[in-house]
Amino acid sequence: MSIQKVQNNKAWFMVLPVLILVAISAIIPLMTVVNYSVQDTFGNNEFFWVGTEWFQEILSSERFHNALLRTLLFSGLILAIEIPLGILIALAMPKRGWGVSVCLVLMALPLLIPWNVVGTIWQVFGRVDIGLLGHGLASLGIDYNYTQNNLDAWLTLILMDVWHWTSLVVLLCYSGLVSIPEVYYQAARIDGASRWAVFRFIQLPKIKRVLLIAVLLRFMDSFMIYTEPFVVTGGGPGNITTFLSIDLVQMAVGQFDLGPAAAMSLIYFLIILLVCWIFYTVMTSYDNDEQTNGPGPQ
Amino acid sequence: MLELRNITRHQGEEVILDDISLSMQRGELNILLGPTLCGKTSLMRIMAGLDKPDRGELLFDGVSVLGMAVQKRNVAMVYQQFINYPSLTVFENIASPLRVARVEKSQINRQVAEVAELLQMTEMLDRTPDTLSGGQQQRVALARALVKKADLVLLDEPLANLDYKLREELRAELPALFAAMGAVLVYATTEPTEALVLGGNTVCLHEGRVEQFGPTLELYRTPASLRSAKIFSDPPLNSAKVECIAGQLAFANSQQKLGINIEQIPDGKYTLAVRPHHLSREREGLDDLEVKGSVSVTELTGSETFVHFSMEDNPWVALLHDVQNFAVASTVVFYVKPQHLFLFDSHHALVEWPSTKKN
Amino acid sequence: MASIQLQSLAHRYPSAPDYALNSMQQSWSDGGAYALLGPSGCGKTTLLNIISGLLRPSEGRVLFDDIDVTDLTTEQRNIAQVFQFPVVYDTMTVADNLAFPLRNRGIAKNEIEKRVADVLQMLDLQERANDRARSLTADDKQKISLGRGLVRTDVQAILFDEPLTVIDPHLKWQLRTELKKIHQRFQHTMIYVTHDQTEALTFADQVIVMYEGAVVQIGTPQQLFETPEHTFVGKFIGSPGMNVLPCEVDGSEAVFAGKKFPLNIAVDDPTARFELGIRPEHIKLSSSEGLPLTVTALEDVGRHIIVRGEIAGAALCALVEDGVAIPENPCVSFDSARINLYADDYRVASGRGDQTI
Repeated sequence: MSIQKVQNNKAWFMVLPVLILVAISAIIPLMTVVNYSVQDTFGNNEFFWVGTEWFQEILSSERFHNALLRTLLFSGLILAIEIPLGILIALAMPKRGWGVSVCLVLMALPLLIPWNVVGTIWQVFGRVDIGLLGHGLASLGIDYNYTQNNLDAWLTLILMDVWHWTSLVVLLCYSGLVSIPEVYYQAARIDGASRWAVFRFIQLPKIKRVLLIAVLLRFMDSFMIYTEPFVVTGGGPGNITTFLSIDLVQMAVGQFDLGPAAAMSLIYFLIILLVCWIFYTVMTSYDNDEQTNGPGPQ
Repeated sequence: MLELRNITRHQGEEVILDDISLSMQRGELNILLGPTLCGKTSLMRIMAGLDKPDRGELLFDGVSVLGMAVQKRNVAMVYQQFINYPSLTVFENIASPLRVARVEKSQINRQVAEVAELLQMTEMLDRTPDTLSGGQQQRVALARALVKKADLVLLDEPLANLDYKLREELRAELPALFAAMGAVLVYATTEPTEALVLGGNTVCLHEGRVEQFGPTLELYRTPASLRSAKIFSDPPLNSAKVECIAGQLAFANSQQKLGINIEQIPDGKYTLAVRPHHLSREREGLDDLEVKGSVSVTELTGSETFVHFSMEDNPWVALLHDVQNFAVASTVVFYVKPQHLFLFDSHHALVEWPSTKKN
Repeated sequence: MASIQLQSLAHRYPSAPDYALNSMQQSWSDGGAYALLGPSGCGKTTLLNIISGLLRPSEGRVLFDDIDVTDLTTEQRNIAQVFQFPVVYDTMTVADNLAFPLRNRGIAKNEIEKRVADVLQMLDLQERANDRARSLTADDKQKISLGRGLVRTDVQAILFDEPLTVIDPHLKWQLRTELKKIHQRFQHTMIYVTHDQTEALTFADQVIVMYEGAVVQIGTPQQLFETPEHTFVGKFIGSPGMNVLPCEVDGSEAVFAGKKFPLNIAVDDPTARFELGIRPEHIKLSSSEGLPLTVTALEDVGRHIIVRGEIAGAALCALVEDGVAIPENPCVSFDSARINLYADDYRVASGRGDQTI
């Protein structure tokens, strides 16, 4: 038993570099933010203790409420479109043959483009004077202008995100789908299952785990979206596309209100944690149910 | 020599291995026999050092190896799935453990050649595993375990994924191979027939407990407990509840007397058990036990007949030579020689009485 | 239920140069229990998938009750099939799994309940009816797969693809017997694919032995045991398989190691390679009668002892019942009527008389 303990200590020692790295990269900056959030400063490195004042101010401000609602709406719409669309495309993709690699490459392309480039592409793409989309729509007689019309601005941002990120959902779902043994489909044919039943009882249960990852990733990413709306609409027209992230940057960099910005970052961070936890619990509760039901292995 | 002392392991609330003590010698084959989930694989994982027991000691040649890393233990393992390196040739597959151990090149060539010869694979050395049949692939995996000259070789149902006939062939080859290895060999299987063909010693496992440990044939002939008799019976063991009142045995269901003379056993509840091939259509002695039943189904293999019948509401099966057809629901009568009767007491332990000692 | 006919059926996978299934002509009767027996790669699963419609044959036709179904899908053929590895719908309960094939076909609710209850009882799964299928052991999962095959009463045929491979030996016995009973009770046409001779022989009325994409023999278990038409069948069926001994032929007598064995017909073929087939069960050991055997190994397997040895350079094994003494220097004699003569692996004659030689 003594040897066993030595081994355990050795293992901890091996993890140490990672712990130091995590401390430097995550914990220390986070603590700095916590530090800012409970103090006020007028420059010159003078700080005053303000307690939870900033938090109260942020939580009761209408500006924050609106930004939060806009961000939640955006994430909700993104999930509602990208998840079903991603599953549908993954289902439609070929499972073998030369088509597989072609589809995979096509799907991976948008993922390879950096965020700000995506923003720039769509900013140009949507312009009424020179953009293919904007000009095309205008010549069809549709009055489209994302810089002035609220709805158009939202549509453009959503379309852009769907274009950029649906592939991720597709690839994740596809990896889940191809791992289903052929015999399941054969059994379903024998049982006379409809296409819907095959999806509902074979494919969906088998891709549930990757789907959970897809939902979490897409939620976090869309909830934190910054670069693309910043490049395309800059938060406008008016404040209509000012999401939490844009608001935060305006507050911290534009107005240099470091205290409220820090408090807002922490609230922002906690909201993301909370929503992810809710998603995770809801989507895995089903599994836990089954595990307590029977003693089965596997 | 491998020694297990009071090995216990839990998984959550469940006890997977319960106080297992065994000792296994070099050059001997030790079979772990029992149904799926009886603890065979869990026990092997502990022997290999992949898992640690919650309690107990594991000694190899008198030295405790519990804390020792798997890599240092010189253990070889063969699994149910044929695990080979798909891109390497058969030669390289077999040589891989030697390469890891930095064995000299000329020695690798010699050792691989030896093992290949032993397993009749010399012609296949240049091929890759995907061009081989299942049986040949499993032979490569066996060869890799052999060439390592491990002190402990663990085989976890190595033939389970092979065709019936191939299994039969390899089973016949294995004992000689094992004898040549000089390692402690542990072989897990669910099949009583396999244990019988391989010989050696057998551990009957039931729900994580050792029911019985000893030479395979001895276990088969004189099972110490009802469970061990059941585990070691293919076709399944026939059994019926009986009662002994004033030295007279009667079936518990119908109070029908068995009509055989058994002395020297106290009154009480017992279980009577008979192996299917010990049921015979003809009475051979006056003290044979007569059993009657109604046929539920007859299975013919072309050389043998399995008659399934209901004996005092117990499902019994008789294994007969030749092809004999029985109509469903007809009444059949069989006889059992007294020395072929097993009697287990209320704690499921074998009751010794004069006629069981014969044969 | 339906009879099944295969007309000039053959199959070659698009990318493969060789036929997976050589051209065959088969007619299987309504309500029969058939087994396709052979080693892996012999084409038995390919043939099964062609019958169920999961695979379209590259040549030939499949007929159910004289109706051509070659171009019909699996659903249209109305077939039940059970696979080698358990296929369960994880998220459904055991009862829902069994009801699934019936619900898909719009069968009335009370009828579904009745049949599901029947099958649950047959497979001894009543207590687990409302558990999620995912929480079951592999054994129980395979029972569900079997159950989904048995729950429909209107199917043309029920096909089994090595359904007991993952099952423990004891349960294997129980389920096999259960299948046999179900067949006797409902008279479904059943086709059972396996590499395990015991399963095939005990289950089927007619066993189809396949080897390298071709049918080598069809017959009752007894025919396959007593008169194997090919040495492969002789070796493949029986444990241990038939002894195949090289011999010479002189008119209506086969000569092995100086002994003469009378044949039922005269055989004349100067170029053929002749072999004598005799089952280990039909060899008698004694201390003086017959050919002396050089014993190489004795394998005590409990029920009987397998005696392995050599005569005139040919390997031979015999079975001795448990409890029967084996002589020190044994001689073997053969049951003359149980001998078969093979010319280039095909049976051309059988033994004659009722003496032991």
